[in-house]
Amino acid sequence: MTEAPRAPAGLAAWLLAASAGLLALGVAVGSMGWEPLLDETGAGLTILWEIRLPRTLGAWTAGALLGLAGAAAQGLFRNPLADPYLLGSATGAALGVALLLVLLGAAPAAGTAWVTSLGLTGAAFAGAMAAVVLTLALARGVQHTLRLLLAGVIVGMVFGALASLVIFLAPELLRSMQSFLLGTTGFLGWAGAGVLAGVLAACAGVAVASSRALDALALGETTAASLGVPLARVRLALVGVIALATGAAVAHVGLVAFIGLMAPHLVRALVKPTHAWLLPLSALAGGVLLLGADVLARWLLAPRELPVGVVTAVLGGAYLLALMQRRPR
Amino acid sequence: MRERSILVLCVAVLALWLAGAAQAAVEAIDDRGVRVQVRQPPQRIVSLMPSLTETVCALGACARLVGVDDYSNWPSSVNALPHVGGLEDARVESIVALRPDLVLVPTSSRVLPRLQALGLPVLALEPRTLSDVRRVLQVLGPVLEARDPEEVWQAISREVQVAAQKLPRALRGTRVYVEVGSTPYAASEGSFIGEVLLRLGAENIVPARLGPFPKLNPEFVVRADPQVIILARGDAPGLRARPGWQGIEALRSGRVCALDEAQVDMLMRAGPRLGEAAHLLVECLQGRLAAGTSGR
Repeated sequence: MTEAPRAPAGLAAWLLAASAGLLALGVAVGSMGWEPLLDETGAGLTILWEIRLPRTLGAWTAGALLGLAGAAAQGLFRNPLADPYLLGSATGAALGVALLLVLLGAAPAAGTAWVTSLGLTGAAFAGAMAAVVLTLALARGVQHTLRLLLAGVIVGMVFGALASLVIFLAPELLRSMQSFLLGTTGFLGWAGAGVLAGVLAACAGVAVASSRALDALALGETTAASLGVPLARVRLALVGVIALATGAAVAHVGLVAFIGLMAPHLVRALVKPTHAWLLPLSALAGGVLLLGADVLARWLLAPRELPVGVVTAVLGGAYLLALMQRRPR
Repeated sequence: MRERSILVLCVAVLALWLAGAAQAAVEAIDDRGVRVQVRQPPQRIVSLMPSLTETVCALGACARLVGVDDYSNWPSSVNALPHVGGLEDARVESIVALRPDLVLVPTSSRVLPRLQALGLPVLALEPRTLSDVRRVLQVLGPVLEARDPEEVWQAISREVQVAAQKLPRALRGTRVYVEVGSTPYAASEGSFIGEVLLRLGAENIVPARLGPFPKLNPEFVVRADPQVIILARGDAPGLRARPGWQGIEALRSGRVCALDEAQVDMLMRAGPRLGEAAHLLVECLQGRLAAGTSGR
């Protein structure tokens, strides 16, 4: 890493290049490890098109959603530790999915892939929204950071416990929920990737439109209000973005840890951008992180597959630890 | 007079020694390598694993069971017994209250050290392969003093053989994928299910080197292109929605064998019903069970 501060545009170019590289890698790494296949039979093409490409794009998009949600949460709550997990929205989304699975029966395949994907996203969004609203209600607003984080932890625990209770009452869900709790990108198809892309476009649009308000919020609420920021509306919009982005990501790839926390930190460690840059850069970084972790998860033990959440947790934990060690100096 | 009393003493000592020998515990070495003394023959047995429950019953000691885990459901007589919890959450208190003189637990059970600390005679056995099934029979046979374990094993083995002969020659070498979890987890050649399939002459697409029940990259299954897929009925409707799977030969030709709960239980337990399970697998390979699922 060079010491000179990079321009945000430079970092964006760098992240885009990394995304493209990982995309190529993601398409080249299959069930046998490294095999950029295009075999003679034409079956290879089907596998590339039907399996690897949607899976790779879906993993990137889910990561981007988590990165975006993390950056939005950190800006909105003016807290560098706010992320979809700490606000309880990820576990809320998991509870929503668990409840939907109980209603539908263990295999979420009653309809087409599109219906399933949208249904899971909706359930996860409802769960995430409920969790965030409950967190905000318990914290009595966002003024007290400590209270907000505590409330988020409490709600996260309670919703997590409720999800466990659902699994306990419907043990046939155990296997499908377990994969869900560990995170997996294995069954991402075009339908899932499409829904994720649509959600990302919507969320990124709303978030970037609110970026000036977030910049103003960084100076404190009274200052922001005096600058003419419509606080109530911005908060509502961003809480919706956080819940929707988290819900969509969790519905498709499960509980993937640390991306939402790590992506904005990574960006801020390299550049000092305003929110208009921070939000899209965090999304890019999140995409790169999750896709990178997914490629690793597929590759390391191929054709066995590691749960991708385990890989992100290990990488994320190591990164945050390194960050913590470096800080005092 | 004195000689006579010595004789009496000798006889008494001999009698006592013989009685002691008769009362002495049978020693069994369980899967942990621990020597377990069992006062014989145990009359109050608790089993904490379905395959062990079934093994006890196959050895003819079903009537001596006084408690089983929540998942044991075969033979039906065990349903009337007290259920003492699942594999991970067995209730120690309920087990102790049953005053068992033998507790059969899987090696991986978390209650094992607790039961042992409470002084219960615990035998840890966990059948994972076909040879384990035989070994468990051989360990339990002398302990229970019931049916000849070798006879039971021969019966299982014979059934597998009969099933193998039932399979038409043309179907030998059929590529099979057995899914045990929708994530997907598969039964490889190294699992007991894989071993039975191998004996039947089918070809498992998941090699043994991946471990008995590996979590796979779903792409692996698409590339291996199995001709028959065997899985639990609840997971069957979702197969087509998985990216790329609709091109798999088993799905195109409709040879998806969706097993109901009782059939899954039979197939997934490394116990005395593996002979029956072999017949079930043959029916799957012949496509007889696939028809029943399309109505769902």
